[in-house]
Amino acid sequence: MSSNHISGAEIVIRCLHEEKVKFVFGYPGGAVLNIYDAVFQQNKFKHVLVRHEQAAVHAADAYSRSTGKVGVALVTSGPGATNAVTGIATAYMDSIPMVIISGQVPTYAIGQDAFQECDTVGITRPCVKHNFLVKDIKDIASTMKKAFYVASSGRPGPVLVDIPKDITAEKYEFSYPKSVHLRSYNPIVKGHSGQIKKALSLLLNAKRPMIYSGGGVVLGDAASQLTKFVRAIGSPITSTLMGLGGFPASDKQFLGMLGMHGTYEANMAMQECDVLLAVGARFDDRVIGNPEHFLSKPKTIIHIDIDPSSISKRVKIDIPIVGDVISVLTELNDLLSKEKTKQNPSLKRWFKDIGQWRSMNCLSFKNDKKLIKPQFVIQTLHKVTKGDAFITSDVGQHQMWAAQYYPFDKPRRWINSGGLGTMGVGLPYAMGTQLAHPEAKVACVTGEASIQMCIQELSTCKQFHLPIKIINLNNRYMGMVRQWQEFFYGNRYAESYMEALPDFVKLAESYGHIGMKIEKPSDVEPALKEAFSNKLKERLVFMDFITDQKENVFPMVPNGKGLSEMITAEDL
Amino acid sequence: MRHIISLLMENESGALSRVSGLFSARGYNIESLTVAPTEDSTLSRMTIVTSGSDEIIEQIIKQLNKLIDVVKVLDLNDGRFIERELMIVKVKANAQYRDEMKRICDIFRGRIIDVSDSSFTIEITGSSSKLDAYIESIDKAAILETVRTGASGIGRGDRILKV
Repeated sequence: MSSNHISGAEIVIRCLHEEKVKFVFGYPGGAVLNIYDAVFQQNKFKHVLVRHEQAAVHAADAYSRSTGKVGVALVTSGPGATNAVTGIATAYMDSIPMVIISGQVPTYAIGQDAFQECDTVGITRPCVKHNFLVKDIKDIASTMKKAFYVASSGRPGPVLVDIPKDITAEKYEFSYPKSVHLRSYNPIVKGHSGQIKKALSLLLNAKRPMIYSGGGVVLGDAASQLTKFVRAIGSPITSTLMGLGGFPASDKQFLGMLGMHGTYEANMAMQECDVLLAVGARFDDRVIGNPEHFLSKPKTIIHIDIDPSSISKRVKIDIPIVGDVISVLTELNDLLSKEKTKQNPSLKRWFKDIGQWRSMNCLSFKNDKKLIKPQFVIQTLHKVTKGDAFITSDVGQHQMWAAQYYPFDKPRRWINSGGLGTMGVGLPYAMGTQLAHPEAKVACVTGEASIQMCIQELSTCKQFHLPIKIINLNNRYMGMVRQWQEFFYGNRYAESYMEALPDFVKLAESYGHIGMKIEKPSDVEPALKEAFSNKLKERLVFMDFITDQKENVFPMVPNGKGLSEMITAEDL
Repeated sequence: MRHIISLLMENESGALSRVSGLFSARGYNIESLTVAPTEDSTLSRMTIVTSGSDEIIEQIIKQLNKLIDVVKVLDLNDGRFIERELMIVKVKANAQYRDEMKRICDIFRGRIIDVSDSSFTIEITGSSSKLDAYIESIDKAAILETVRTGASGIGRGDRILKV
């Protein structure tokens, strides 16, 4: 054996160094002990020890969402891998580039029902972009290279590399491939020029043009190109939950979020437009509701997406453009700059209609003297943080309120689980975000039900000194479940009341953090100001806001209904 | 409508389950699926017989192309093609059936590949519908056992699926 041979475990670490990984989120265990020994002997990346593998994957996912880089998680075999599955599926649904390294029992023990054995590749197959089981030490480096390449190219997604323990102990020389070629994988980057020209001409000549942008714009770092294009075209624009920040929310062309809890003006404009440009969005059920109802108003639809399978999946597309959104938008901007642009005369009329829908003021709510309105907490959070914080959220009513009442002007500031809708992501998302942006303000908007799904991570936050501000909108209910039960199940609140809640202030304190309980509307702003003050700059603050139990999220498009069939607060 | 989809994929463990898993996860039909290595040992060729509306078939092709292990996908129904399936049938061949079984076997251009006092084992190839027709034309009570490979297909003439 020559002297430049190193262990498989060291090869894994060297690969991570080659990929310039700064953080690895993980949890040790038997099958990854060799890898952890190699982690111990290096200092090029920081290992973040979580308290549950699910949180490791969520935190790595948020690291990616907030930076655009590939997130990395490291877990052991068996339960380590199965605990990671929720995190992997969450990242998969939102197309987040990640590499998850899982330990596996030794190759000779695979299939023997060995201790902590599970078929990780089999279990994760439906929720990864791709996965690998490395059976030979010679393949570790090339597999890691492929994993990072596949995860971050094309439509991004999580890639899992399963490595048996014996391979991490063997020795082999390390050589990291400079490039990688997969004959079966060639993502299309450039859009079809003819289609792009056609799309532009349709938009310029439309009577009621509309733009609908999604998570693809954020993931594809195309926000500035999109903004330039939309301003030049002059059309209204809406965004999906995942696309928020892809276009500045404070711009007058922005109609707010669309979909099940979208604004009245955004949903009506989607329904009534004659030419629709969808950019990096996928027409999912929470966004356009019933597809037949959506198409009942005739419209020409242009769809830019990097994934051909997203096109014409739920809605038939007239002008498909397969390509990287930034490349296609750049081409559109170049074409547009050559045009003798005069403002489309139809826009004035179109914005007049939109103005009427806007005047509904669908997000207005009545503040109360005694009860804290959750919307008011989010509005105040926006005010206190000057709209410049990273906001992570869990899943439920609080998530929708955060999306509705915290306007995002920049991409990668809004970190939440849109596709899978995973309760429990909020706190680990805040961890990954805060580690990536140590100087930034990071707030986790959550509820008393969601936060308890990963509450153990308060311990990780203490260990790594993460000064996250937790905004717990505590209404003693799984609010969104309760809302559906109120609307569609005759007020039968089956199992949605949160009994036996902990004292969150004491809980936070027991982990070494600061806890606050806020029960009066007049205390909301002072509490937030204190939490974000310089005095508490280094501290995690858990703010338990006791909010109005009966508050609902409006507007709402009932499941299976059309976008223009919204229920607004005034309807009830 | 019934479609025959041919694909070339990396000859790696797990590749088959990626394809079959895709069909079950997305609720697509599989009538039959057959797979074997090609003359290039790094590639396997798979033939999937499925059915669905044009939109569903379009999604199936796109989703298959999205799998990292899949190198090329071809919907044979997009052009002219030949389809063959092999069936081996064991039928009763006692005094009551012996002559009739031989006769029907000849009509379908099958071959008797094993004989015993009371049974014939017959090999028949052809399109899946031809094999169905054979089964239809013999007495159900005479069938002892059947085994089918599922359809394989290839484009006619210059239509070639190759890397």
